[in-house]
Amino acid sequence: MTTTAQEAAVRAVGTGHVRVEGRDKVTGAARYAGDIPFTELAYGWLVLSTVVRGRIRDIASGPVLEMPGVVAVLDHRNAPRLETDYVSLLGRPDPTCAVFQHDAVPHLGWPVALVVAQTPEQAREAAEALVVEYEPLPHDIEFTGDHPDSYPVDGHMPGVTDKGDQEAELAASAAVVDEEYTTPEEHHHPMEPHAATARWEDGRLEVVDSNQGATWVVGELANLFSLDPASIRVRSEHVGGGFGSKGVRAHQVAAVMAATVLQRPVRVALTRPQMFALAGHRSPTVQRVRLGADTEGRLRALDHRSVSRTSKVYEFVEASAGVARVMYDAAAHHTENRVVRRDVPSPTFMRGPGEAPGAFALESALDELAEKCGIDPIELRLRNEPDKGPVSGLPFATRNLRACFEEGARRFGWAQRDPRPGVRRDGRWLLGTGTAAASFPAGAAPSTAAITAEADGRFTVRIAATDIGTGARTALTLVAADALDVAPERVTVRIGDSEFGFAMIAGGSMGTRSWSMAVIAAARDLRERLVPGMAIPAEGITVRSDTTAQIAALANMERHSYGAQFAEAAVDPATGEVRVRRMLGIFAAGRIVNPLTARSQFTGGMTWGISMALHEEAVRDPAFGGPVGADLAGYHVATNADVPRIEADWVDDTDPDDPVGIKGIGEVAIVGAAAAIANAVWHATGVRHRSLPIRPSRVLTAGSDA
Amino acid sequence: MREFDYRRAPDVSGAVALLDDDPDARYLAGGTNLVDLMKSGVERPGRLVDVRELPLDRIESAPDGGLRIGATVTNSDLAAHPDVRSRYPMLTQAVLAGASGQLRNMATVGGNLLQRTRCAYFTDTTKPCNKRAPGSGCPALSGEHHNHAILGASETCVAVHPSDMAVALAALDAVVHYETADGQGELPLDQLYLPVADTPHRETALPTGALITGVFLPPVPVAARSRYRKVRERASYAFAIGSVAAALDTRDGVVHDARLAFGAVASRPWRARTAERALIGAPATAETYAAAAAAELAAARPLPHNGYKVTLMHNLTVAVLSELAEEAAL
Repeated sequence: MTTTAQEAAVRAVGTGHVRVEGRDKVTGAARYAGDIPFTELAYGWLVLSTVVRGRIRDIASGPVLEMPGVVAVLDHRNAPRLETDYVSLLGRPDPTCAVFQHDAVPHLGWPVALVVAQTPEQAREAAEALVVEYEPLPHDIEFTGDHPDSYPVDGHMPGVTDKGDQEAELAASAAVVDEEYTTPEEHHHPMEPHAATARWEDGRLEVVDSNQGATWVVGELANLFSLDPASIRVRSEHVGGGFGSKGVRAHQVAAVMAATVLQRPVRVALTRPQMFALAGHRSPTVQRVRLGADTEGRLRALDHRSVSRTSKVYEFVEASAGVARVMYDAAAHHTENRVVRRDVPSPTFMRGPGEAPGAFALESALDELAEKCGIDPIELRLRNEPDKGPVSGLPFATRNLRACFEEGARRFGWAQRDPRPGVRRDGRWLLGTGTAAASFPAGAAPSTAAITAEADGRFTVRIAATDIGTGARTALTLVAADALDVAPERVTVRIGDSEFGFAMIAGGSMGTRSWSMAVIAAARDLRERLVPGMAIPAEGITVRSDTTAQIAALANMERHSYGAQFAEAAVDPATGEVRVRRMLGIFAAGRIVNPLTARSQFTGGMTWGISMALHEEAVRDPAFGGPVGADLAGYHVATNADVPRIEADWVDDTDPDDPVGIKGIGEVAIVGAAAAIANAVWHATGVRHRSLPIRPSRVLTAGSDA
Repeated sequence: MREFDYRRAPDVSGAVALLDDDPDARYLAGGTNLVDLMKSGVERPGRLVDVRELPLDRIESAPDGGLRIGATVTNSDLAAHPDVRSRYPMLTQAVLAGASGQLRNMATVGGNLLQRTRCAYFTDTTKPCNKRAPGSGCPALSGEHHNHAILGASETCVAVHPSDMAVALAALDAVVHYETADGQGELPLDQLYLPVADTPHRETALPTGALITGVFLPPVPVAARSRYRKVRERASYAFAIGSVAAALDTRDGVVHDARLAFGAVASRPWRARTAERALIGAPATAETYAAAAAAELAAARPLPHNGYKVTLMHNLTVAVLSELAEEAAL
């Protein structure tokens, strides 16, 4: 198989290809979940709680049922019962998706009813007219880093790791950094809001949906509704972004409920304001980082503790301290991820979960340590490159961070950098540059794929992969073409359909790596079946693969993508405005399948980093429990005018021992980007910003408590 | 969304007649704010009278040397007009600092003046708001108010007016012309917006049913050297957290004439007359500009989380006046 992959490397993989569905997307021919017409389609509109905590006393369905076009009102009194006591791919389900099961309201924006009508306008009007009477209960959304109710949580990694004597090593250190860093509540809002259409046909449930994994959604719905997974089909051919927010959520469940009760197709879509409550978000974090180093800048102590916030109904941990377990070693090494449960909606995975906020704290602290030691920030990092996993003790598969920094420094002109802060000016702007390291795990999960050799000489790949805008469909086309030793034009890749069998979700930067393994395995077997000159029957010849055994056999190693981030920032100290003038990211992220879309992934991630550094922040009103200005006018992300010239490139990161050599690239480019910008702001002004976003009010009041 | 009646007005008097002083009816121009408010349920009109096709889309020179700007002139056309660009550059800059190209192509001069605050409590119908639901309270006072008013607010409302254009018009002594069933009238821009007092739901002094027909700009020679600078939380497509419209004429090291207005600090565009008085006749120095800014901002009453705006407005005023003076010296 490795041989096949290497032969393929000189073919399609590694050369830029436009998206195979690009023309459909730009001409509007590509239809998304909310676009596909169905006969007899009814529209559901979710009614969300307007109290933060309490009980539902009454829902006045009667008058609403009399309104034009209304066909049903579902709530906890008449909705089908759901099963939530199960464990699946990502653990236990967030009970927020198990709608209408009880009268308790655990946070603002909790779904309390679904109004179904003939048109979306009628459904919305009736939903807004529905009177829900609550018994309000006291609530508490206050979140602080020293909250007495915080406790360590094992999420997708252990809650606490510890070795060595922290206090002794800190006491023996020549330079010590001990600071608190905070990141705010952030939201992932894909361009395409969540939408699902459910219908029963011939005894099977079909859901047309926007999600990050069709078979994943099948599994969740089967568990929730106690159905045989084989009786459910989920399709998600085109998905307009996910970022971790598109798993099973209230809208799919409500749509299935309504379709079941009404026995007609029902569509439920979320509005932007509803997404702020129901699509998940990134918890705010309060992180304390303590670093102790000797006179040469070598770490003796590393202590990274993060506290995040979760809901009262679901324990999700934003594992920000995890990044320290990969990046730097020290004789005394302590990491800890804690949560505080409050009366807020459940957070979830948001692009770069853990690493994105964690690297802001850790890579800012490294910059502070470099300043204290009088050592160049890149040199400091290179002196602390570990030769094995600092916590795991496992060997690194490949770790080409040094090459990233060396190439990045060369291109960015780092050698000419004057380390002194606050000494460069361009008109009203103070200028500075900063850098930070990036890493993100490169995992793989079992997947299945089928490839059919068609009678006309073409090949059809079927895999329940999802293209959430990343270019995955195109990447898999290239991978399949090389594995089959044919031109990409002869390969059709069909994705986004649970009928194609189990496959990894588009998440955790694991999609393309996991799916490629399955595609390559199927291609290898198919090529063995095909004898030159043989006649292909009309139905073609189909071969299926399952990578479960292959993945279980992978050596246990530290597998990650890496990167070096560089930013130049301009700060107007009179107005507090911060502008990023240029960014450079150099990544070591395995074999790059499609340079065209990979570069978009990287620059998109770095753009996300600009938003994180300067703009994104959801502020909850303590009295009302919800974010203020819950829409894309109130919640700022970077606009085109905020995004400067961004360059992204990569260094060779070949891993000859890996079956595909592909690593994930969807998240690593966010990691460290905000720290690089914050470090550049320090270099420009001499003022450290340890709380994101670095908005004008913070720059203007830096040094005071405001 | 509530179903509504839609009428297209044939002419100005026809539009006024179609509206018929009905509190349940609204004029619709570009719709860039009203339609959003209808979607969010803040506005639920029973009837829309579309005035966009009215013949009020011209910009003409007035005999006194000023400009008459029709109410349905788009923001884009206003910003691009050669006379506006040359004689009132702060107005072009202010308009271009707002919204996006697409929105400016739709938004009109009259609509821009009457746009509503973007206070998030006002636009969320599940929250109390004295402006939207008189007497229900103002959650911004104790809630999220980092971009709320520092000048001229009251205990009932601390929302700010969102317009950039209106800030420049305030500095330029613009006069708003309107028509009602009883005939035509006019209001200086300074008097168009009512003080907040305890009636934040009453925003303008326009008579019931009035349709803005145009804005007249008097000749303002000092405005030929003028500037609008807007600070916001991202580089584009955001409302101001503070803005300054300024014009400065210095002669022999002395401020001969000056115009100054602030945006995003009050329920209306804030003409900084106190600062203007401190400027005119004083030496054209940074100290003068700082003293003038301080004089104006002495009246500021910041809330717990928007004190930075006082610093911002002070610094911005000094910066913009200094830039204008330096430009004049070139």
